[in-house]
Amino acid sequence: MRKFNKLVVNSIGKLVPSEVNGKLEIPFKGVGKYIPENRIYGAPIPSCANFPSDGNKCIESLKESLIQARLSDGMVISTHHHFRNGDLIANMVFDIAKEMGVRDLIWFPSASFECHSSLIKYLEDGTIHHIEGSMNGSLGSFTSNGKMAGLGVLRSHGGRYQAVQDGEVHIDIAVIAAPTADFFGNANGVDGPAACGSLGFALVDSQYADKVIVVTDHLVEFPCVPWQIQGNNVDFVVQTDKIGIPEKIVSGSTEMTKSPDRLFLANLTAQFCDKAGILKDGFSFQSGAGGISLAVAQYFRNIMLERGIKARFARGGSNKYLISMLEEGLLEYILDGQTFDLEGVRSMRENPNHVWTSPFTSYNYHGKGNFAGLVDVVILGATEIDINFNANVVTHSDGYLLHGIGGWQNCLFSKTVILTVPLFRDRIPVIKDNVTTICGPGELIDVVVTERGIAINPLRQDLVELTRDSGLPIVSITELKELAEKICGKPALPAFTDQPVAVVKWVDGTILDTIWQVQD
Amino acid sequence: MINNTIASAGNKGEKDRSDCFVSLTLSDEGGIHLKLNSKVRVLYGDSILQLCQEMLNFFRIEHATLEIEDKGALPFVLMARIEAAIKQLVKSDLEFLPEMLPENLYSSTFNQPRISRLYLPGNTPSLMLNAGIHKPDGIILDLEDAVGFSKKEEARILVRNALRSVNFLGVERMVRINQIPAGLEDLDYIIPHNANLILIPKCESGDQIRMVNEKIETIQKQIGNINPVWLMPIIESAMGVMKVLDIAQSADNIVAIAIGLEDYTADIGVERTNEGTESFYARCQVVNGCKALGIQAIDSVFSDVDDLEALKENVLRSKALGFDGMGCIHPRQIKVVHDNYAPTDKEIEHAKIILNAFFEANKNGYGVVSVGNKMIDAPVVKRAQQTIELSISSGRLSANWHNQN
Repeated sequence: MRKFNKLVVNSIGKLVPSEVNGKLEIPFKGVGKYIPENRIYGAPIPSCANFPSDGNKCIESLKESLIQARLSDGMVISTHHHFRNGDLIANMVFDIAKEMGVRDLIWFPSASFECHSSLIKYLEDGTIHHIEGSMNGSLGSFTSNGKMAGLGVLRSHGGRYQAVQDGEVHIDIAVIAAPTADFFGNANGVDGPAACGSLGFALVDSQYADKVIVVTDHLVEFPCVPWQIQGNNVDFVVQTDKIGIPEKIVSGSTEMTKSPDRLFLANLTAQFCDKAGILKDGFSFQSGAGGISLAVAQYFRNIMLERGIKARFARGGSNKYLISMLEEGLLEYILDGQTFDLEGVRSMRENPNHVWTSPFTSYNYHGKGNFAGLVDVVILGATEIDINFNANVVTHSDGYLLHGIGGWQNCLFSKTVILTVPLFRDRIPVIKDNVTTICGPGELIDVVVTERGIAINPLRQDLVELTRDSGLPIVSITELKELAEKICGKPALPAFTDQPVAVVKWVDGTILDTIWQVQD
Repeated sequence: MINNTIASAGNKGEKDRSDCFVSLTLSDEGGIHLKLNSKVRVLYGDSILQLCQEMLNFFRIEHATLEIEDKGALPFVLMARIEAAIKQLVKSDLEFLPEMLPENLYSSTFNQPRISRLYLPGNTPSLMLNAGIHKPDGIILDLEDAVGFSKKEEARILVRNALRSVNFLGVERMVRINQIPAGLEDLDYIIPHNANLILIPKCESGDQIRMVNEKIETIQKQIGNINPVWLMPIIESAMGVMKVLDIAQSADNIVAIAIGLEDYTADIGVERTNEGTESFYARCQVVNGCKALGIQAIDSVFSDVDDLEALKENVLRSKALGFDGMGCIHPRQIKVVHDNYAPTDKEIEHAKIILNAFFEANKNGYGVVSVGNKMIDAPVVKRAQQTIELSISSGRLSANWHNQN
């Protein structure tokens, strides 16, 4: 399999491969410009005649299920990040693959965490060929150093659904870790010792994979209700001792910041939304998983209480802060894509207005509409932003790949997109002439809030007008860049080789940017 | 040359950010060796190495190994750490100064509000960088209690560089020096770099104030500094309490006197309580001494940074005693301190009525101010004026409130 071939320039001037891991690719053409004409991918038609008539699909071990699913060289294996840094299943799957001597697998996780750094040995010994998903922390460094056999492919949560639905990625075996399941394969994430909330990321895998394995440490008698994963899509059910570490489901990115500087930023962001007239009765919002974004919701809450405003819905990432707003009536619905803490899990179990969603409903760009576009305001972070409002969330200024895209790209379709970032981190400027990697085109990013000024995208003259006499520190993005450089000094650029190590997909499956090998 | 050949400066603890740790070893031959381990090496490695070389040249060091463990220190921090290491080994009056930001050259006034002042440990750069955004009335770069004995020298250099390079966004720039007489030496690092106000800890006599002022004048003569330097003595002992009036009268650049209750309660041998019965006399004494001379009375810091409710109660008690402000040891205290020292809506409304009556009386040429059938004395008008000024300066009231009604 050829890692990449023939670099071409896409519509935002970035050099991208036209072939990735042996498959032809489409370079980014502009927001909303690429309209696919083929048909949705179809999984093989199953027949219930091939399944036990008593409905019992239990099988003795994960290894046995993988053997029966005919695990073999070159297959695409998917897992999910509902347990965030507490996931145990992905590592088990590849331990078994190694034991069986299977090679060149493609790992297709919905996201990776530091707990998956032990997979590096399988990337080195050829058990895993490459990763299509996110490459965080150690896996990111490994990739950036050019050590992965294939090219990494980074997709948003919505882009992952789109890629499977459109047939870009054909999942051979999906392994779904389920906190509760019955022998038929019905499963949910709200009950059981490893309860983690929504299982929405696994929906597409259950619908389109050739073989679907549900692994649970909490097998209940049929029926397992509610069933977020439908047993009718499931081939095998495996019972094991432990599928995840519940305490680690709450990872660092889901705790509210205590830093006074970051709380200041969150407050300023809320003030901006207020002055721009966004916080009015019936509004909707989404804030990301970062500590600053979580704190913004708290400041929204203060303003809402003061004014007697209620929000119609919030998109989550649900967490204890959002739950308290739901329970005190400030918020009518939470449409939840992923559950960040155990309070979120409890609420999802108990409260009918806390609704689970999947990347299909929330984010999929190739659908008949997209919830993300209905949200009045979204608050996100970024590692870097340039003077044209293009932003980066996957690489750092030193060139290293360190994060996944998550739902970030998908959220850019909200009515107002705000990136809240410190002007500089330690000595590293966040606002720059150019970002290392473009993950979101500037035309979709409306406002950049920093502790030393707020820049509004000139495309949003309405926001410029609304906040003109607000007393808020409105400045140009160029002023912010200059101020950052004045404080930190002008940064040198990282050196790269001419070898791509990964590509960043846009939400429509086209290639937005390339991540290059870092030069030693 | 000093006899030692090895020195270090800075911090490298796990939680230290925006700082660096510098080790310097002098040798007799072999030229300069630079070792850099930096989290921003890709972005700033070359410029850091260039700075090292430049500083070694500046201090005329030809043979040495300079090692830097950098956790994203800004240039003014790197400079301070390198200079601090050098000065432990090489006797020199030279100073390697970062550029003075033109926006740092502002001055402050005698009676501007000093409701909140944020303490910043003098050897912790990460806490200095964004201090201004929280909009306290002043920031205090603290060379005294917040700095360990072995770090005093390097903290002075860091504070000097911070006064030049960090934009505190217009808030009053204060420095707490060490106890007199040791603190006099701190002034060499502070006064030439436009500190607006000096806090003098553990003050017990007017003589201490006069010593500080003499030193300030000497330095100002040398450098031709024109901005005023205000003083805020801190009373922290039984003797200090007895001498409040003497201290307050000792110089006309004293704008406020603060009380420090941790040391005071230790001095009189009691435990400090939230209610503060044990320090009631001392606090009243400070307030009275200040008010007798028309300067501000500043209360002790409240040390439980997590209990904002208790802080609020503390502030309300403090305001009721006559204090005008309080030190803050965490940014989150600033808003609580401001909101609760600030005049209440009722106080503002009342002050407006009195001032309106005063304007009315002036306009009509009456010598007597009255509201309804009640006569208003001059001190009441003055107090109403203060309330209105404070409301305007803290953003509670528009500056042209008079025209808006």
